[in-house]
Amino acid sequence: MMIPIFKIALRALARNKARSALTMLGIVIGVGSVIAMVSLGQGAQQQVQQQIAGMGDNLLIVMSGSRTSSGVRGGAGTNNRLTPEDAEAILREVPQVASISPGVSSNVTTVFGNQNWTTRAEGVGLDYLQIRGRSIEAGEFFTESDIRSAARVAVIGQTVATELFGAADPVGQTIRVRNLPFRVVGTITAKGQSGMGQDQDDILYLPYTTVMKKLQSTIYISTIFVSASGRDSTTAAEAGITTLLRARHNIRAGQDDDFTVRNLTDVAEAAEESSRVMTMLLGGIAAVSLLVGGIGIMNIMLVSVTERTREIGIRMAVGARTSHVQHQFLIESLVLGLLGGIGGILAGIATSLGVSYAFGWPQSISPLAVAGSALFSMAIGIFFGYYPAKKAAALDPIDALRFE
Amino acid sequence: MNRPPIIQLEHIHKVYDTGSVPVHALRDVSLTVEAGEFAAIMGASGSGKSSLMNILGCLDRPTSGRYLLDGADVSHLSKDERASVRNSKIGFVFQGFNLLRRTSAMENVELPLIYSNVHAHDRHVRSRRALELVGLGNKLDSHPNQLSGGQQQRVAIARALVTGPSLILADEPTGNLDSRTAVEIMALFQRMNAAGITIVLVTHEPDIAQYCRRMLVVKDGRILLDQPVRNRRDAAAEMASAPPQDEFEEVLS
Repeated sequence: MMIPIFKIALRALARNKARSALTMLGIVIGVGSVIAMVSLGQGAQQQVQQQIAGMGDNLLIVMSGSRTSSGVRGGAGTNNRLTPEDAEAILREVPQVASISPGVSSNVTTVFGNQNWTTRAEGVGLDYLQIRGRSIEAGEFFTESDIRSAARVAVIGQTVATELFGAADPVGQTIRVRNLPFRVVGTITAKGQSGMGQDQDDILYLPYTTVMKKLQSTIYISTIFVSASGRDSTTAAEAGITTLLRARHNIRAGQDDDFTVRNLTDVAEAAEESSRVMTMLLGGIAAVSLLVGGIGIMNIMLVSVTERTREIGIRMAVGARTSHVQHQFLIESLVLGLLGGIGGILAGIATSLGVSYAFGWPQSISPLAVAGSALFSMAIGIFFGYYPAKKAAALDPIDALRFE
Repeated sequence: MNRPPIIQLEHIHKVYDTGSVPVHALRDVSLTVEAGEFAAIMGASGSGKSSLMNILGCLDRPTSGRYLLDGADVSHLSKDERASVRNSKIGFVFQGFNLLRRTSAMENVELPLIYSNVHAHDRHVRSRRALELVGLGNKLDSHPNQLSGGQQQRVAIARALVTGPSLILADEPTGNLDSRTAVEIMALFQRMNAAGITIVLVTHEPDIAQYCRRMLVVKDGRILLDQPVRNRRDAAAEMASAPPQDEFEEVLS
């Protein structure tokens, strides 16, 4: 029964090709823009997520605070009072902390053969790589005994490797850092730019003890990298660290901290949240155009029912039941919605790929959005076809036959 | 003759409630049409013959009274039940042909069969047979706009015949046709009736009623006259004696 009715509906659509195509265009644009917006939005969201993952696991950064001299506060980093012992105490005494690494950095000029390159030397501890989510490309990381002995060993980023060594293998070579010879024990896997546009491969990792003793002659460190035990425990870890360091630094109630704890996970989550909201907003606006497309279907179906009143009358006279007539028109609008949806999926994918290619934006075509809009466009066809179909089915055969 | 009457109307009233004054279209109409009859219903416009036609065709329900169609009471059926009755028991032939445009003769004839779930193969066989019966075996794929008025009306008759109905109901079937073609169509009806098909034909032309076997005249919602047709005309004989110009028409069409 449904097959002949399906054929009747398809033929009715085929008879008014231009009209059917224009009606579908509304759905094509609606579905297409939903898919394009969601794809581009999710691409942006995934990029933010990757940046979060790239920063390290549940990262907190403790930075030394400001020094106040004659009422002028010097700003972050002017009062280096963090020590490696502070870092160890955090690991030992704050239960939400999984691992730590001291951090102390310095700008240095490195030399190999006739090449030189100025870069940042970051003195770090053993767990640094794991905390920041970085990995060794070639060679190995320095060892605990290197840290104990403040050994002159270096692990270099890819940018530094390229600038100093070109295509040659840096591992095992000796470079000069501030005129001191350092053995290159490993290279770090490239990571590219950070979210702020900073080259994360233009770096030299040294044992923090080496930077403190050989390069800076200081007993303080500038930063403590902290990895909390879980994504939910970063806030508790932040509070624990603050309490601990205030006690260790003998800061009385009411006095300012001489350090700052930055909870980067929170920052990143805020960024992710904002891009998610953006995706939803864009998708919502696009969905409005889908709704307009649906109203287009309803409009054209109403015109069609009026135009074909006599046809409906003939069908009823020869025995079409209410449901037959209703199904015929519902199938028509369903097909309009479905074909429009398929066209929209193609248009949406093409648009997101095109925009992504043209502007270099990330995109991620979501199978969920594709399947969802295909279903939704069919639902729109049925929803907006229901009233016209009902109207057609409710016609009185006598009036319909008399209709000119 | 155990077969019940095809049509049995008992005290049918039809009142339309449009506007302030109810219109009494049919007043106490009782009528019996036996199987194999060929009856003409005549009447001026406003006489109530259209209302009678609509009730006979199960397009409308009587306000009161009883209508037995082929022995079954159809006076209180719902819209969908009436659709089924129309589909299986009644074949309609209209003045304006009422074929679907841009649809081939075959598909027009198949239409009632689609709504009674007849299989595609069966539909084709039966529709082709019906079109052959009305002399259009060579026009199966023609669309209505490619057919003459007489041919279109033949397609409509084939569509009415294809379900094997108990009753053919023809509403002014010759109203849109020239007199020659009208005679052709009446010849077809006479042939069908001779084969045992019951036909009720509504017309306002006394000439056309002369081809039927029984004549009823409706006036002011009542049956004024109900009599057998005297001096019945034979459409086939008239065509045979007509000048041979229709051969030209055949060539030209």
